[in-house]
Amino acid sequence: MDSSVFFGISTMAYIVAMIIYITYLAFRKGGIGVAATTVTVIGFFSQTMAILVRWKEFYDISGMGILRSVPLTNLYESLIFFVWCLILGYLIIEFKYKNRSFGAFVTPVAGLALAFIDISGVSKEIHPLIPALQSNWLLAHVTMSFISYAAFALSYSTGLMYLIVKTDRRSQGAYIFWTVTLGIFITFLFAMGLDFLTFKVTVKPEEFIKSYLFKASFLHPSGAVKVLSWISMAAIIFAIWRFGLILRAVIEKFNISAEDLDEITYKSIAVGFPIFTLGGLIFGAIWADQAWGTYWSWDPKETWSLITWFVYAFYLHGRMLRGWRGKRVAIVAVLGFMAVIFTYLGVNLLLSGLHAYGGLE
Amino acid sequence: MPEERKTVINRIWGLFASVKFAIVIFSLIALTSVIGTVLEQRAEPARNILILSRLFGESLGPTIYKVFDAVGFMDMYHSWWFRALLVFFSTNIIICSLDRLPRIWKLVREPIKPLTAEQIEKAGIRREVSLKGKPEKVKEGVTAAIKAIGFHYEEMKEDRGYQFYSQKGNYTRLGVYITHLSIILILIGALVGISFGFKGFMNIPEGRSYPVAFSPSASLDPGEEQDRDRLLRALEASWGNVAKASGLLGIKEEDLKEKLKRYGIQPLGFSVRCDDFDVEFYENSQMPKKYTSWLTVIEDGKEVKSKAIEVNDPLTYKGVTFYQANYGMIPNAPGWSIMKVTSASGASEVKRLALGESFTIQGTKIEGTIRDFSPALSFDKQGRAFTFSEMMNNPAVFVEFTEAGKEKYAGWILKRYPETWRTPEGHTVQFIDFWGVQYTGLQVRRDPGVWIVYLGSMVMTLGLFIAFFMSHRKLWVKMVEDKGSTRVYIGASANKNRAAFERKIQKMIIFLRKRQGGGE
Ligand code: HEM
Repeated sequence: MDSSVFFGISTMAYIVAMIIYITYLAFRKGGIGVAATTVTVIGFFSQTMAILVRWKEFYDISGMGILRSVPLTNLYESLIFFVWCLILGYLIIEFKYKNRSFGAFVTPVAGLALAFIDISGVSKEIHPLIPALQSNWLLAHVTMSFISYAAFALSYSTGLMYLIVKTDRRSQGAYIFWTVTLGIFITFLFAMGLDFLTFKVTVKPEEFIKSYLFKASFLHPSGAVKVLSWISMAAIIFAIWRFGLILRAVIEKFNISAEDLDEITYKSIAVGFPIFTLGGLIFGAIWADQAWGTYWSWDPKETWSLITWFVYAFYLHGRMLRGWRGKRVAIVAVLGFMAVIFTYLGVNLLLSGLHAYGGLE
Repeated sequence: MPEERKTVINRIWGLFASVKFAIVIFSLIALTSVIGTVLEQRAEPARNILILSRLFGESLGPTIYKVFDAVGFMDMYHSWWFRALLVFFSTNIIICSLDRLPRIWKLVREPIKPLTAEQIEKAGIRREVSLKGKPEKVKEGVTAAIKAIGFHYEEMKEDRGYQFYSQKGNYTRLGVYITHLSIILILIGALVGISFGFKGFMNIPEGRSYPVAFSPSASLDPGEEQDRDRLLRALEASWGNVAKASGLLGIKEEDLKEKLKRYGIQPLGFSVRCDDFDVEFYENSQMPKKYTSWLTVIEDGKEVKSKAIEVNDPLTYKGVTFYQANYGMIPNAPGWSIMKVTSASGASEVKRLALGESFTIQGTKIEGTIRDFSPALSFDKQGRAFTFSEMMNNPAVFVEFTEAGKEKYAGWILKRYPETWRTPEGHTVQFIDFWGVQYTGLQVRRDPGVWIVYLGSMVMTLGLFIAFFMSHRKLWVKMVEDKGSTRVYIGASANKNRAAFERKIQKMIIFLRKRQGGGE
């Protein structure tokens, strides 16, 4: 079997798991929880197989060593690896804390990433490495970056849950923050789902699509659809804001304390931060130094990594200030993961779009 | 000290020692950096005006550009205020660490003391175990359990038993300070690099050598250009030695250095020759696999070092590092075909031939003449040869063969396709390279600070590891005789990661039970 079959199975499994976890969140029946875990584990094994098979495929094509064929060379492969780390981290936590409630928050992140892979039209082809990418530093850099991203994604989920549990008034700043954040997140999920449907229906597969992201909603050629998209986003945010306390009641029924959530958030960041520092910043700098003769050049990607680093440094130090413990630093943890997403996707998709001109180039 | 008597210095110290100030600085650096990634740094004004017009509309764009430009956002990482932020940031770290270090140092050096029963009662982690037998009898088992979880203990004889106390990892309290120190190291390294290093580039044609690297300079008038070329010739004649070159030119060494600086010329003190440059492709593909430059360093006319450099594998000589950056074709360069001719009997020789020159296959009367060259040969549907690129993507030579003056056959021989090297008689004519038409583009750098940066990175990794994964752990074990058996009171604390230490303590108790028996 080739790797895409396994990838297909794992994508399906995660999406199904997401639905089961959310059902579990609503009904809290033990059997449903076991089903959710089982499906997630199946997805994880299938994805592991997929990665191994793709590694083998890459190895056969490149004709270089095993390490030079690690499938971590482009956006597609690194997103797959990110999801893999995330699910692994989640399963460890589910096992350790004997609690399934994060499943409903983690599997959507996995689903979002995998859906993104399909919609954005990122290339799935295997390309052998160009000379600049043939570096063990780069390999270590990419691998460790994604492990840290997965740790940060976990802290994002638990940080958000902490905020949900800790707020009870609609006028509270932290309440507004989490409802808006979650609203935007869910809107983007929906928008991608929409892209996914129209993409499959209307676009011939042989057409090469650079990026199809949000073309069915926010970036639709028709102005009316654009406006409608923004109105929908506002409506979704409003709905979450209006009925957010229900979500809070649901999460509260779980025997997971706010203190545990706070601790998992801190622990994930305490694991992610050193790995990100070493793998993301230091190894990246060493690679740049070996390849281009400069370890730091303030290019947007590097700078955004640094911004992310500062946001998490903010989190770590904010925890030490009396008035900042709790809700405020949880907000910083959530912002930190947004910086991560922007570092990884925003720089490539948004900034490069802004910086590309055709005429002047 | 009462509020009014606080001196200004005290207040400034207090400000720079505070974590609040630190997170303000974090936010400022992060937020301004965001703007720096939206605007293109050191770009043509038109580009950023366009970006701003896209974001804020045609009418506002140029005005906002003027404002941002005035504040220095178009080259913000080098602006005075961003540097000031970095200075504040470093001062913050230094003062904050100095402020807390004495207290932390005391915690680190403080020897652990035995505790009273009530104090143990208050420890963060507490356990009690009952063991059969008097303290003297079970003592050995208890100490073995303490050793089993890796603690070296001190012992004190008490009224009705013993107390063992121990601490581990007191130095790990310094992890945070090691991390903070590393940031300062990295910044110092960067500063050393900026102050004492240089960056430049050089494009060396195959077979040529250059004694200097270039960096972008202000535009020169024709007089200056002539002057520059004169200096370059002198440097070339002296193999890059500035003292010798100034002697040749008859000007003072300082004046020469001054001029070179203005012209963006960085003398290396030696010369670098490009012996060959080559691109290797993946099989049946136009994807480059490897760029290689064969470089030789020449000092005082002597070859002192040779290395084949690749991307990710540079050459360093006397602190100057040469990186494979790019390459290109030299316009109108004649070029030579390098052919390896092997006769069917096995005799082989390598020849360097210009266009129109000939070779003979050893032991035969067959003569080949190089008639044509294509850097990137392909064939169209009708089988006609054409050149599809100006770069050396698929180099080929057209060779005409004659035997004893009579025409025999002719055809293209391709570097990348060995099946084109064979002649019908079983001889091999291998086209090794078309030499002398490419140049290699090298990025040149001297950065004496890079080692400080690397050292700082290592220290940071170490510091973070200690700060997050290690902890200062204390352990007290008190044994009290209780009607012929022994009660063991265990108290423990850790400044971090308590749960992990609790598991360790649990392990100790299990070990103890296995050895001695007994209950809670
Ligand atoms: C981006 C730069 C910085 C990094 C990466 C950094 C890193 C760290 C880390 C990893 C910790 C341990 C946190 C924990 O255990 O949760 C820490 C603690 C601390 N940092 Fe920083 N730090 C930075 C800048 C600063 C600055 C500018 C100050 C100045 C006020 C500061 C003051 C402190 C203090 C007071 C502690 C707590 C020390 C203790 O627990 O004894 N840090 N820092």
